[in-house]
Amino acid sequence: MTHPFSTLIQLQTQLRERSISATELTQFYLDRIAQLNPMLNCYITVDNERALDQARAADQQLAQGSAAPLTGIPISQKDIFCIEDQITTAGSKMLANFRPPYTATSASQLEQAGAITLGKTNMDEFAMGSSNETSYYGPAKNPWDLLRIPGGSSGGSAAAVAAGLCAASTGTDTGGSIRQPAAMCGLTGLKPTYGRISRWGMIAFASSLDQAGPMTHTAEDAALMLEHMAGYDPKDATSLDEPVPEYSQNLNQPMAGLKIGVCRQFFSEGLEGAVEQSIREALKTFEHLGATLIDIDLPHTPLSVSAYYVIAPAECSANLSRFDGIRFGHRCDDPTDLQDLYQRSRGEGFGNEVKKRILVGTFALSAGYYDAFYRKAQQVRRLIKNDFVEAFDHVDLIVGPTAPSPAFQLGEKLDNPVDMYLQDIFTISANLAGLPAMSIPAGQVRGLPVGLQLIGNYLQEGTLLRAGHQFQQATDWHQLAPEIE
Amino acid sequence: MTELVDEQLLKDLAILAQLPFEPEQVSSTLSAINEVLELVARLEDAETASVLPLAHPLERQQILREDAVTENIDRNQLSQNAPSFEDGLYFVPKVIE
Repeated sequence: MTHPFSTLIQLQTQLRERSISATELTQFYLDRIAQLNPMLNCYITVDNERALDQARAADQQLAQGSAAPLTGIPISQKDIFCIEDQITTAGSKMLANFRPPYTATSASQLEQAGAITLGKTNMDEFAMGSSNETSYYGPAKNPWDLLRIPGGSSGGSAAAVAAGLCAASTGTDTGGSIRQPAAMCGLTGLKPTYGRISRWGMIAFASSLDQAGPMTHTAEDAALMLEHMAGYDPKDATSLDEPVPEYSQNLNQPMAGLKIGVCRQFFSEGLEGAVEQSIREALKTFEHLGATLIDIDLPHTPLSVSAYYVIAPAECSANLSRFDGIRFGHRCDDPTDLQDLYQRSRGEGFGNEVKKRILVGTFALSAGYYDAFYRKAQQVRRLIKNDFVEAFDHVDLIVGPTAPSPAFQLGEKLDNPVDMYLQDIFTISANLAGLPAMSIPAGQVRGLPVGLQLIGNYLQEGTLLRAGHQFQQATDWHQLAPEIE
Repeated sequence: MTELVDEQLLKDLAILAQLPFEPEQVSSTLSAINEVLELVARLEDAETASVLPLAHPLERQQILREDAVTENIDRNQLSQNAPSFEDGLYFVPKVIE
């Protein structure tokens, strides 16, 4: 019998041994989705027919011995990745009926590697949020406690993997949107180096920060997914033309000699005591594994949230200007003139958080305010990056908590947006600097998962995955599953 | 702290952003925006006089492609996403009298 929380590696073996067929496996997940999604709301769209077509093709390949690494493994895609002719909403009313004419490069690469796409997962509208509560389609729920948020913006992906409604998923991370929901749901979530995975076909929020990545049960699974998501894409002008290592091959290299920086600023005010205790315990595990811990400072990191809330809204105000109600997307009824068409279509199509960020971004870029806000934020961004560059002269990795607390209750922070923004206080600096970073399960507080964040040097995803894998060989936090049936 | 955005500036920003100005929401929108700007104001603490702004995190040049057609997307497929499309044209309200 298939276990709903099987890893990609386990499913790969079962499919190859023919102890289960891709069709049976796909049907197994589709049945679980039908049973549990009404409660969890982690999928916006499920395409049974397409998934079963892909599964039948996978079974043929498996029978012929021509299977690719992910052949027959059912995954989900965050609803920000365009898939040809499949509704892609980005969590917005604006795109409620949008059927892209092409497929995102990273989604297409995963399908070429054999993955089956079960459907599209829920998310904060245009990836703007840390709780999944800004989704037009209602919030996804945390499988560990249905009254709590799954994190965001990739909350639907995290909830779907954690509840066993797919074997793995994808997310995007502009300020923490892969790592924070991974932490809240007890998963491994990796945001690679900026440019590592193509952004082509991924609906843009803040283009200099956005990066796609895998959300999985284990670091080993994340390594396998990343191998098939990463790579140079001429269609994305910021894609990195660098070789993609075989991450899976280096996971067992011992930790001895690895220097891990413990950043003082990540253990700051606002961090819940019990979360800090879990992270301190995890640090001891790294020491037992042979790593050396070194205290470091990233003095400008406390300014990262402030810099982010200028840069991200500025870029979003430019990116979201394409939604004009003319070529695609929502259009208001009976517009009186072109101006009315633009304004009412956007007013009706976007939710309040999105409109607020567009207005903040428009302000930060407008004449008279540009130098004091946008230019200043980009200068601080360099200071934040320089701190990391200096730190990586002395250490191989930097660790700390992923989020200040475990999953909070639905609605708890809706009236306090700044408190919500501070959820990303430990994750945002890696986006501003463009560095790879990963969250892994490292404890539980009140029965809720706690995530540990590892930040690596540029293009050193392999070191992150190796450290995550070694940690997961010594601990079993990643094997805990919520009781949900 | 003085509120940076007032009602008049909000009206101007809404026009620039092509968003409707909704009088009944002025007060909640203003307080939401000013709250974000208060958070942002902490940037003033940083000494940045001689610091160059950072736009690309890896400071790489964007790679440009040859300006050549590599694939075509079917026009009919594109038009299916348009709210109003006829005879190969996107329809909008009359622009010129």
